Amino acid sequence: MSDKNEKNRSVSVDKDERRLKPIPFAITFLVMFALWLVLSGKFDAFHMGLGVISCLIVAAMSSDLLITNTTFSTIPGLWGRFLMYFPWLLWQIVLSNIHVLKLVYSRDPLTRINPQMVYFKSRLKNDMALVTFANSITLTPGTITVALSVYGDYAVHAIDDTTAGGLPGDMETKSGHIFGE
Amino acid sequence: MIVLTVIVGLLMAVGLFIFLTAAVGMIRFPDFYSRLHPAGMIDCMGVLLTMGGLALFALFDGGISLASFLNFAKIVLIVVFIYITSPTATHAIIDAGMRAGLQPWTKKKDM
Amino acid sequence: MENVILYSGIALAVIMAVSLYRTVVGPTILDRLMGVNAIGSETTVLLIIIGILYRKVDMFIDIALAYALLNFIAVLAAARYFHKKKGLYDENENKDR
Repeated sequence: MSDKNEKNRSVSVDKDERRLKPIPFAITFLVMFALWLVLSGKFDAFHMGLGVISCLIVAAMSSDLLITNTTFSTIPGLWGRFLMYFPWLLWQIVLSNIHVLKLVYSRDPLTRINPQMVYFKSRLKNDMALVTFANSITLTPGTITVALSVYGDYAVHAIDDTTAGGLPGDMETKSGHIFGE
Repeated sequence: MIVLTVIVGLLMAVGLFIFLTAAVGMIRFPDFYSRLHPAGMIDCMGVLLTMGGLALFALFDGGISLASFLNFAKIVLIVVFIYITSPTATHAIIDAGMRAGLQPWTKKKDM
Repeated sequence: MENVILYSGIALAVIMAVSLYRTVVGPTILDRLMGVNAIGSETTVLLIIIGILYRKVDMFIDIALAYALLNFIAVLAAARYFHKKKGLYDENENKDR
């Protein structure tokens, strides 16, 4: 069988679910083998041969769990945009950490904080964009995602008026931009 | 070498201060939902700063070699793992509270 | 040089004792669960500090990674277990339930 023919079939339709698709298999194998090399730390032939054998078995069993989508041309751009997004998210985490830190060490925290539930509807459509946005909200201290539906209805618990006021905000457009929305 | 000591000490000090802030916040805040916000600070900033200091120490202490670089990579791997799993754990805890019917503490209007 | 790491480990142990307050006292079981999660995250850092002090970093990093995994799985399982009402009542107020 030619490699190109395999690739076309796997990209076009998901007709045969049990069939091993080469591109998810290769990506899973490379990720698993990199993890093996980092965790083992031995670079002689015997240990690397053991790694190749076990990574082949694991990748054959679970390649459809790690990679689920069927278009692979968008993956490098996706990771590039995510790596651009992450420093901005880190900066937001630092800012909200300072905010919560001031709240904790204030003289009377019971009057400074105002816990409340915020409900809003997001305009994002992609499932991964919704999950990334929800995880980003939870990762910044001061706001925690309580519930999320597939239609984009968020319920967020915020600790005071400042964090509740800045809620959908800039983070929604940026995390939607990762997935091309 | 003294530069490395200062940098590692500074990172560890700030990270430990954030750990202390989270512990104090978990004591001072009024109810379960608002206590989760300082508890999230541990997994975000505190672990990042302290693990960053320890990773720099593991990389540069005793010269850069393959073994020390592998230690550095493993510590970075732990931080990435914590950043992936911490929102899931926090969401699981707050979802358990919501499903069990614990009402959030709110400020009294007529105070 | 290593004194920095040593004093950081001692300070971290004291901070873990402060975090233990919410685990022991906490009115509901979910408070205790949150305290256990916080202490588990701090233990991951403390394990690497111990590894550096004993000059066996490569071994203790693997233990720390396994501990982080185990902490996550334990919190997830316990949170699923206490979905029902039983995890919630305040045992200081109504002991007769």
